[in-house]
Amino acid sequence: MLRINNLHASVEDKEILKGLSLEIKPGEVHAIMGPNGAGKSTLGNVLSGRDGYEVSSGTVEFKGANLFDLAVEERAREGVFLAFQYPVEIPGVSNMEFLKVSVDTVRKHKGLPALSSVEFMKLARTTSQKVKLDQAFLKRGVNEGFSGGEKKRNEILQMMLLEPSLCILDETDSGLDIDALQTVADGVNAMRNKDRSFIVVTHYQRLLDYIVPDYVHVLADGKIVKSGDKSLAKELEAKGYGWLEGGVA
Amino acid sequence: MNDFKRQALSLAKELPEQDLTTPQWLQNLRERGSQRFQAVDWPSRRTESWKYTSLAALGKVASFGAANQGDPASFPVDAWIDADAYRLVITDGVIDTAACGELPAALTLFADADDAQSKIIEAHLGRLADSEQHLFAAMSEALLQQGVLLHVAAGVKLDKPLYLVNRISETAAPLVNTRLLVVLEQGAEAEVVEHYATATDATKGFVNAQTEVVIGDNARFKHYRLNLEGEAIHHVGGVFVELNRDANFDGFAIAKGAELIRIDYGLMHRGAGAHVELNGVYLPRNKQLVDYHTNVQHCVPHCTTNEVFRGIIGDRARAVFNGRIHIHKDAQKTLAQLSNKNLLTSNKAEIDTKPELEIYADDVRCAHGATVSQINDDALYYLQARGVDKDQARIMLSFGFINELIQQLENQAVLGYLLPELAHQFGRDVDLLLFDGDDLDSI
Repeated sequence: MLRINNLHASVEDKEILKGLSLEIKPGEVHAIMGPNGAGKSTLGNVLSGRDGYEVSSGTVEFKGANLFDLAVEERAREGVFLAFQYPVEIPGVSNMEFLKVSVDTVRKHKGLPALSSVEFMKLARTTSQKVKLDQAFLKRGVNEGFSGGEKKRNEILQMMLLEPSLCILDETDSGLDIDALQTVADGVNAMRNKDRSFIVVTHYQRLLDYIVPDYVHVLADGKIVKSGDKSLAKELEAKGYGWLEGGVA
Repeated sequence: MNDFKRQALSLAKELPEQDLTTPQWLQNLRERGSQRFQAVDWPSRRTESWKYTSLAALGKVASFGAANQGDPASFPVDAWIDADAYRLVITDGVIDTAACGELPAALTLFADADDAQSKIIEAHLGRLADSEQHLFAAMSEALLQQGVLLHVAAGVKLDKPLYLVNRISETAAPLVNTRLLVVLEQGAEAEVVEHYATATDATKGFVNAQTEVVIGDNARFKHYRLNLEGEAIHHVGGVFVELNRDANFDGFAIAKGAELIRIDYGLMHRGAGAHVELNGVYLPRNKQLVDYHTNVQHCVPHCTTNEVFRGIIGDRARAVFNGRIHIHKDAQKTLAQLSNKNLLTSNKAEIDTKPELEIYADDVRCAHGATVSQINDDALYYLQARGVDKDQARIMLSFGFINELIQQLENQAVLGYLLPELAHQFGRDVDLLLFDGDDLDSI
């Protein structure tokens, strides 16, 4: 699915990723943990193709092709989905319309028939119930006036509608209460299958009680410093990150 | 004197001379208007209020067609706003009795005014639309023939909005000179929708439409000024409002753009506790021009103004926005904000925006901002990250920029009329915009 090899990337001339390597096979869930400033969000942004992130060396293969050959929207259509840490509020652009345009584009790319407005509205409504987002939020502007939890539910709603093959969750759990966390996790777990992979970026071990990963990696100072199974997350919870960072230095 | 003035004045001379049906006050007003119109120099680039909008071409207008000679079937009923409202229709400048619906008792034509109504007209007409200052207010007086008075008695709420359709038919190319006077007595309430339209995009004509509104103590007025004419039209107009104690004005303006659209808003806080809410949208394209001049005066303490105008200017179009707030020295505790945001969607498009803030009181809170911006990068990235291509995302965000104001419209009929029209212009799907989960079950 995804093969990252010795990736170096910088923002505003400051190198953030310093030789990150990671391989993800279809159906796997990889958790990436690490202290603030380790480069967790940078990884998501680089993979999604955000402006301002300069890749100086290294390669990323997505489904066997060079990911960096694709524009932001092409990556999305090919199945890369980034659930934003801070989803953008776009007043005046109806959430419903945004979702429809987005789904239309991706379906077209996959060669699937377009959904009629009514079909889509019904689908969006059913899906919003799954993430416990009141249908009133479909009518509003994109994320406009949504609480933190509602924004994250809206991200998961988009993920469910778009059915991507690689889902990158960028600190989707930050700031969520347990109920919202449970809802988000249920959404992710319902989407797990043998073809779909997940990168779950998180600062807290708590999320991994709900979304059980196949692998846990520790990202510190721009590279993976330790990998293991889910028990590594427990170890980090108990010991903190200090012992690993110390080891790196 | 240029051709335009010469023609307008000769039309003024042709108006019926003193007879039993033309009251003395009307004759006096016409006389005053003619004199002032004659005396004022035609605006040039050196005239401050016309600095960015040239009237040179208008001054050379060849000739006006006769009023009401066109086909009244053009711009037909099914193109109107489907509103549960009192409907007054003006076709090519003349009140189109056949097309009007039932009208309220509070409404009268100047020609039909009884003594009491004449006194009200005489007391207020031309008081707010200052013909000494405004060239076209003077012209409006000089050519005044038919006007409309809406007078709502104290404590009365006009049960339905007044929907005023001002349409120009395909072939007439007339000079349209209309006048609306609204007087709300203490505690009265009314809503007026002014809708300007043409038969086609190529319909020609010159419209001078002046509206004066006196909002009495504790009275409330909602007003929509919809300039949705085709792009060959010249329209100059004014909306002049006086707010007395605790009065409330809630206004909305939209202009799509034409050869010339120039609207002056003059809002005067004359009584403490008054509140103005004014939103506006302009969308010139091709080689169109829209010019809004707003002037809000705070003369007394404890009044508030909240004004927001947004424009999207495309192609080689031009927009002018001049937003003035004047806070007089007695107007302590004023709260006034004005925001003007513009989006240029082409590098040949132009906006001239000029904020003017004059404050002579020391205990006030004012915010005044004008921006000319490009699309927000974060929002663009967010849409792209969901597969939307860049051009499509730009259009969505442009539409969102004005839709923020459109969606706030309280009058559902106006919203239901404008939204599909604008959605279409921006290629948006209106069903999705109007999504109502409860309706969905019945489909």
